[in-house]
Amino acid sequence: MDSARSSFVALKILVAGGFGVGKTTLVGAVSEIRPLRTEEAMTTAGLGIDHTDGVAGKSTTTVAMDFGRISLREDLALYLFGTPGQDRFWFLWDELAQGALGAIVLADTRRLADCFPAVDYFERRGVPFLVALNEFEDARHFDPDAVATALDLDPGTPVITCDARERASVKEVLITLVEHAGRHHAGRATATVSG
Amino acid sequence: MRMNDRPSWYDEQAGPLVRLYALTRGRARPSPVLLDLLSLVTAENDPSRDPMLSPEQAAVLTLCRIRPRSVADLAADLDLPLGVTRVILTDLLDYGHIRVTRPVRPVDIPDERLLQEVINGLRAL
Repeated sequence: MDSARSSFVALKILVAGGFGVGKTTLVGAVSEIRPLRTEEAMTTAGLGIDHTDGVAGKSTTTVAMDFGRISLREDLALYLFGTPGQDRFWFLWDELAQGALGAIVLADTRRLADCFPAVDYFERRGVPFLVALNEFEDARHFDPDAVATALDLDPGTPVITCDARERASVKEVLITLVEHAGRHHAGRATATVSG
Repeated sequence: MRMNDRPSWYDEQAGPLVRLYALTRGRARPSPVLLDLLSLVTAENDPSRDPMLSPEQAAVLTLCRIRPRSVADLAADLDLPLGVTRVILTDLLDYGHIRVTRPVRPVDIPDERLLQEVINGLRAL
């Protein structure tokens, strides 16, 4: 089997956050958005079940994710995956998080607690992430520093405000994330060399 | 196995001859490494040359003949769940109809210049 690498570079970026926080809107603002469906065993997720007898069955369910692609060059593309918000779909996150460049945790300041699980997850997995506060019109403006304190974020984790409907705003979020991920991965490489 | 005198319709280029999983339509679990979401699928054959292909298999070949596509792109293009797409791809791989390559992941090798290119590309959007 051919497992050679191609010269095509694909960067995976995850978009996480609570239900109804604007993940679909954000992905759609910068890319052509398409639904991506996956079917998973629900009852015993993560137990290493062998799927040799087919994928259909009562214990499987179909989960839809938001999926967007930004082609930067012929051989360079950014892939955005909106992660399903509910906890019971977390087994999906492991595959998505593997090899991800970074993650956007989209938060609504009226329901800040909704983004705690995503923050926890990415911190534990060592996936570089930022928190983007989606500015809903009727929401009070929060100081990003206060949010960083409220979320007990590691120093250096960016907290920024954005408007998930605005292409320019989402572009800024992505740029901030790529910059942050660059620092994170470079720091990790240095630690590996010296450690 | 020893070669006999009878002319054969295949040669070394035909690849491995044992395709039991494919012939039995076995649903062997696809390799998660090879069929990563962002693995790139390239068509090796023209779908019209194999009448045995299912419509879904033919659709994969048709799409990937235009340009290589990622596993995630294919699942979205075909409007099929990822797991089903992976089984279809595993069969096509066994038949030698497609080639699968893992994309370079900058996460493996942090590359400042590449990330700068990404940032520049985003600004230019």
